[in-house]
Amino acid sequence: MLRVNEGIDPLLRRPFSICGTTDGEIALILYKIAGHGTEILSGKKAGEKLSVMGPLGQGFTLPGQNEKAVLVAGGIGIAPLYFLACALKDNQMEFMSGFDTSGNIISPEKIAGRSINISIATDDGSEGYSGMVTGLLDEYLDKNIYEKDSIIIYACGPSAMLKKVSSIAACREIPCQVSMEALMACGLGACQGCAVKVFPQNDLTLYRHVCKDGPVFPAHIIDWGAI
Amino acid sequence: MNRSPDLRVTLGPLEMKNPVMTASGTFGYGCEFESLVDLNLLGGIVVKGLSLKPMAGNPVPRIAETPAGMLNAIGLANIGVNEFIEKKLPWLRGIDTSVIVNIYGHSTDEYEDLAKAFKGVEGVAALEVNISCPNVEMGGMVFGKDPALSARVTERVVKNTDKPVIVKLTPNVTDIGALARAVEESGADIISLINTLTGMAIDIERRRPKLANVSGGLSGPAIKPVALYQVWQAVNSVKIPVIGIGGIIDYRDALEFLIAGAKAVQVGTANFVNPRATMDIIEGLKGYCIEKGIDDINRIIGSLNI
Ligand SMILES: Cc1cc2nc3c(=O)[nH]c(=O)nc-3n(C[C@H](O)[C@H](O)[C@H](O)COP(=O)(O)OP(=O)(O)OC[C@H]3O[C@@H](n4cnc5c(N)ncnc54)[C@H](O)[C@@H]3O)c2cc1C
Ligand SMILES: Cc1cc2nc3c(=O)[nH]c(=O)nc-3n(C[C@H](O)[C@H](O)[C@H](O)COP(=O)(O)O)c2cc1C
Ligand code: FES
Repeated sequence: MLRVNEGIDPLLRRPFSICGTTDGEIALILYKIAGHGTEILSGKKAGEKLSVMGPLGQGFTLPGQNEKAVLVAGGIGIAPLYFLACALKDNQMEFMSGFDTSGNIISPEKIAGRSINISIATDDGSEGYSGMVTGLLDEYLDKNIYEKDSIIIYACGPSAMLKKVSSIAACREIPCQVSMEALMACGLGACQGCAVKVFPQNDLTLYRHVCKDGPVFPAHIIDWGAI
Repeated sequence: MNRSPDLRVTLGPLEMKNPVMTASGTFGYGCEFESLVDLNLLGGIVVKGLSLKPMAGNPVPRIAETPAGMLNAIGLANIGVNEFIEKKLPWLRGIDTSVIVNIYGHSTDEYEDLAKAFKGVEGVAALEVNISCPNVEMGGMVFGKDPALSARVTERVVKNTDKPVIVKLTPNVTDIGALARAVEESGADIISLINTLTGMAIDIERRRPKLANVSGGLSGPAIKPVALYQVWQAVNSVKIPVIGIGGIIDYRDALEFLIAGAKAVQVGTANFVNPRATMDIIEGLKGYCIEKGIDDINRIIGSLNI
């Protein structure tokens, strides 16, 4: 949780993913300008200090030794997946990332060093696969023969994309972890603002908190009908 | 003078080591902030509002940021009174602060049952009764908007508890003084105010409310002037102690409420922005007293010159 400004404009902190580390010390944050807060952030100069609270919540669970990881990113969702990819061997993963158009392609390796082969999909077909990244995922899974328990999908992106990835994974009975987005206030599990609806487990708990219980959840526990 | 000033305050039956508490719903059950805040330094911790049964809360989005503030429609999501007593309270007992339990019910009977649930329970310094809730028996009319209903809730709680009773008032009324007096006459030991102000925000792209619940409660610096005026009116309407809440971010804000006559303050939304806001405010109050040569914080309380 990052405070983009001292003072009260904007009032609340903004959640960001860690995209990489240098010497185990500096967390690199990749961001896109979404509104007022990120606009202010984009005006900061190198060397300026900002208040950061973290790391918070639960990250991705690494795949088993013989498991193939399929990483599916939508837009800025590439940030945490790139960090995950840095912990994996090249031959252990397949990384695909969707953007609306070629001009908006984000290349995290420019910031964080390690170069990773990423298949690109663009909605307008201006580069790589023409269409949504979920189409690319379907195509990959169709073409490649795998054992159900030897593959795992990791996804981060807009909710609609995560919903689609989750349904693809469910149809093919592949385990899937999703990193969810939510508006946040405290980041500590205290305000209950960042709730996400999950299938009731004992009739009572209907919500989990993206900041503390997440942002990464097993896709099958999320009640996608509510999204 | 450089001696550490005396920050202790006495609110009727409730004694606190300093006048700074956390506001209900903004500090969870305390444990969420354990790694960031030395909880033993706080005057008090007011926990998230508890109901008889656990509540899941409202659909999302539940929050929206607004200029210098935020709207929330959490829907009073909480773990319920039994789980709180079993799982959270034992840990809270180990902290050297006044633990205050915020309760809310959907009927006067529920308020009574909640009061009874804490009878004889150790480690609870006071009950804070949130009356800004819809009354299901009265077609969803908010208890706290009606002095007679508020009085009835207060009476039922006071009769069924062995703890000091704080009644937390809603600002969404025309005459806060009348409400404060009604609650005082029904036996409340302390009054706290303000709860959030009802508001809304609209997403102009989608032409939809930003909150799934349409309306929500406004909090944060934006509400401070309204809160301060209502606290001052309450102070002038009753003899029982008043706790000031609303938009307090730093020690200067806290001082405004104390000078207006509040015996203590609660800090809410500021905890989200700066999790150590309460600690910083306590330090700030000390510094102010030292700078002004004041040896006892009580000399500041109600010292407004008009
Ligand atoms: C766990 C998590 C990790 C994230 N990681 C990154 C990251 O690594 N890089 C990055 O660029 N962005 C990331 N985001 C999104 C980022 O937090 C938002 O873009 C940012 O808060 C917007 O702030 P703003 O003031 O610019 O926008 P605002 O003016 O507040 O809003 C502009 C638009 O952004 C949307 N928005 C606002 N807050 C969020 C939010 N918390 N999540 C999603 N959409 C939001 C609003 O609905 C609105 O449409 C992450 C979000 C979450 C929840
Ligand atoms: C997210 C959130 C949840 C809240 N939950 C409760 C609650 O459960 N019970 C209650 O009495 N007040 C609740 N409040 C109101 C606060 O305790 C406080 O009265 C109000 O926010 C004004 O103070 P502030 O401006 O310092 O936040 C809540 C406020 C917020 C922002
Ligand atoms: S942001 Fe407050 S509970 Fe998640």
